[in-house]
Amino acid sequence: MRKRSYRVAAGLAVLALLTAGCSSDNAAEDTAATEGTVAVDPQLEIFTWWSSGGEAEGLAGMESVFKANNPDTEYVNASIAGGAGVNAKAVLTSRLEANDPPDSFQAHAGMELDGYVKSGKLEDLTDLYKSEGWDTIFPADLIKTLTVDGKIYSVPVNIHRANVLWWNPATAAKAGITAAPTTLDQFFTDLEKFKKAGITGLALAGNGDWAIAHLLDYILLASLGADAYEGLFKGTTSWTGPEVAAALKNFQKALSYGNKGAGNLDWPDAGKLVTSGKAGFFIMGDWASAQWQSEGLVLGTDYTWAPAPGTVGVYQWLSDSFTLPIGAKHRNAGLAWLKVCGSKEGQDAFNPKKGSISARTDSDPSVYDDYLKAAMEMWKTDRLVGSTVHGVNGNNALMAAYNTAVGKYFSGGFKDNAGLAKDLDAAYMAGQA
Amino acid sequence: MPKVQSKQASARIGGFFFVLPSIIAIAIFVYGMIAYTFNISLTNRNSASVKEIEHVGFKNYTELLSDERFLHALGNLLKFTGVFLVGTLLSGFIMALLLEKGVAGEGLFRSFYLYPMAISFIAMGTVWRWLLNSSRDADAGGLNLVLQKIGLGFLQNDWYLSPSGAMYAMAVPAIWQMSGYVMALFLAGFRGIPDDLREAARVDGATEFKIYRHVLFPQLSPTFLTVLIILGHISMKVFDLIIGISGKSYVTDVLAVYMWQVTFDITNFAKGAAIAMIILFMVAIVVIPYLRHVNKTEQEN
Repeated sequence: MRKRSYRVAAGLAVLALLTAGCSSDNAAEDTAATEGTVAVDPQLEIFTWWSSGGEAEGLAGMESVFKANNPDTEYVNASIAGGAGVNAKAVLTSRLEANDPPDSFQAHAGMELDGYVKSGKLEDLTDLYKSEGWDTIFPADLIKTLTVDGKIYSVPVNIHRANVLWWNPATAAKAGITAAPTTLDQFFTDLEKFKKAGITGLALAGNGDWAIAHLLDYILLASLGADAYEGLFKGTTSWTGPEVAAALKNFQKALSYGNKGAGNLDWPDAGKLVTSGKAGFFIMGDWASAQWQSEGLVLGTDYTWAPAPGTVGVYQWLSDSFTLPIGAKHRNAGLAWLKVCGSKEGQDAFNPKKGSISARTDSDPSVYDDYLKAAMEMWKTDRLVGSTVHGVNGNNALMAAYNTAVGKYFSGGFKDNAGLAKDLDAAYMAGQA
Repeated sequence: MPKVQSKQASARIGGFFFVLPSIIAIAIFVYGMIAYTFNISLTNRNSASVKEIEHVGFKNYTELLSDERFLHALGNLLKFTGVFLVGTLLSGFIMALLLEKGVAGEGLFRSFYLYPMAISFIAMGTVWRWLLNSSRDADAGGLNLVLQKIGLGFLQNDWYLSPSGAMYAMAVPAIWQMSGYVMALFLAGFRGIPDDLREAARVDGATEFKIYRHVLFPQLSPTFLTVLIILGHISMKVFDLIIGISGKSYVTDVLAVYMWQVTFDITNFAKGAAIAMIILFMVAIVVIPYLRHVNKTEQEN
């Protein structure tokens, strides 16, 4: 008797499993069908890799604007930490593949966004641009990088500058440097001065390779000039030609002034070398300023800036933008979020803390610090060039291979210039496939 | 008689129903997923935007053979495995040997040595990232500072930043974590040998060394094999330790990290699946002969 009841129980268990499998499928379809018609969604799930410092504070600023406009929607921040979004992208990829997208996620403007569009993951936002009047408010050159086949796919929230030189005025004074270097030659002269004063010339962060690749990106731009630099990604400048070879020599020279043990450091660690007076110069995007301000440092006294030497008058930009994935569970909430992202109010709440300028041409300069005010002016007049490491010039495949090539070169003691040129060329090709 | 038979048969059916849920679960979530991954690895899904999926045979595998980064990661993994296996076996065995004699406070030592096992690889990776700091002399921290303080300053080195020695440095935390476990296994092996054997050997006039060499060590070979298999497959799959210490830096690339990057960052699903299958194959080479051996000995008993 007991055995029989076991058997019945086991049979029932199997049945239960099978029916549970079927019924949950149906339930998912049902909710998806009904939610499309609901005007106010109960929840909004945002996916970003902003989780600390100024980035998180800026996001919180936009969050409060969203909450004020949408009091009935719960705001869920699925933020995942990781430099330049390297870990977040992995989680995002698997969610997109499983057709379980968040209601809006962060993507760099440019070729990185292009990848998502081509794989059919994003909704066309052209109508939203028209209804919000964004097609005249955002700069046309920026909208171009968000457009594929005439359709606009994301809403830019900011503009960052990648080619900025940072230093600590007290350290520079010790080495006898009074003015910011404006050319590569002056840059190297000043690095030599730091070295003579017993100070590490250039702060480097090698962990995960991308911050070194960021330096290369700048050196290529400074050595080749804006047109030839852009040509690298259009196939009109050769990666294995003499111009790049000369640029790589500059790269090698700059690295030789770097701190020992750079491979252990993330960029905020390298930044600390500069603010604490242990290293002279630092080439990093302007998010460094936001990071330092969130640490309580003061722009102008604890650290200061200049356009990176050799790239004065050139604005190497990148832009974070938000998207509307196809199949978002709370599409209306997603749209409401994008409206906040694109609004003047939202951008002016976000950007002063994030350390970036607004992507809108009509933002209010008075809420921004001195660096950002200057950056706004330069954004209007400078020659604009995209950043490679931050997604403008190449897709994810190119970026990954670019970082790998630099990581290999750097960890090998930066000796093999020819090998690096070959690897960079292969990285460019990987991005074309 | 027929009644008994039907009883046995029904007991078998009942038993089958009991294991059925786990059979179904394993069939789907283990073997089904392996088959699915293998299938992807044979297709042209080389980016998320590929719409028409076709089978391309072993193209992804043959391309890996000329992929410089794949070979670099494979080489790194083999270096890591070699040092990790030898280091862990030696240190675990020596600790077991010392404790085997019955030291005072043996229980205390045992738990001390076993503690590292309780820490996850990722948490350990974060701590060891600081310990393996490459700064030297005045700036030194972590192990380099310890070496300085005990007068072995000349041993300071770059640890995982050294292109040739990176993977050997990576093996250090792994050895630190697993050697206590290996010690426990060997200790259990020693304890499983009846005292009669030692006494018989002593009566026959064998020295202590000879007792170990000819009586005890040979009986440990099944333990040795078990340890080798367990460490071997842990090593082939190493991922979190590397990510915890050096992230996705090229210098410490291993297959699992490369697979992760190819799949999720570059969205080259087919190539990622091919790397995953290669890792599975390498683990299978280690594990399957062992499982067959265990099955055989169980049947013999």
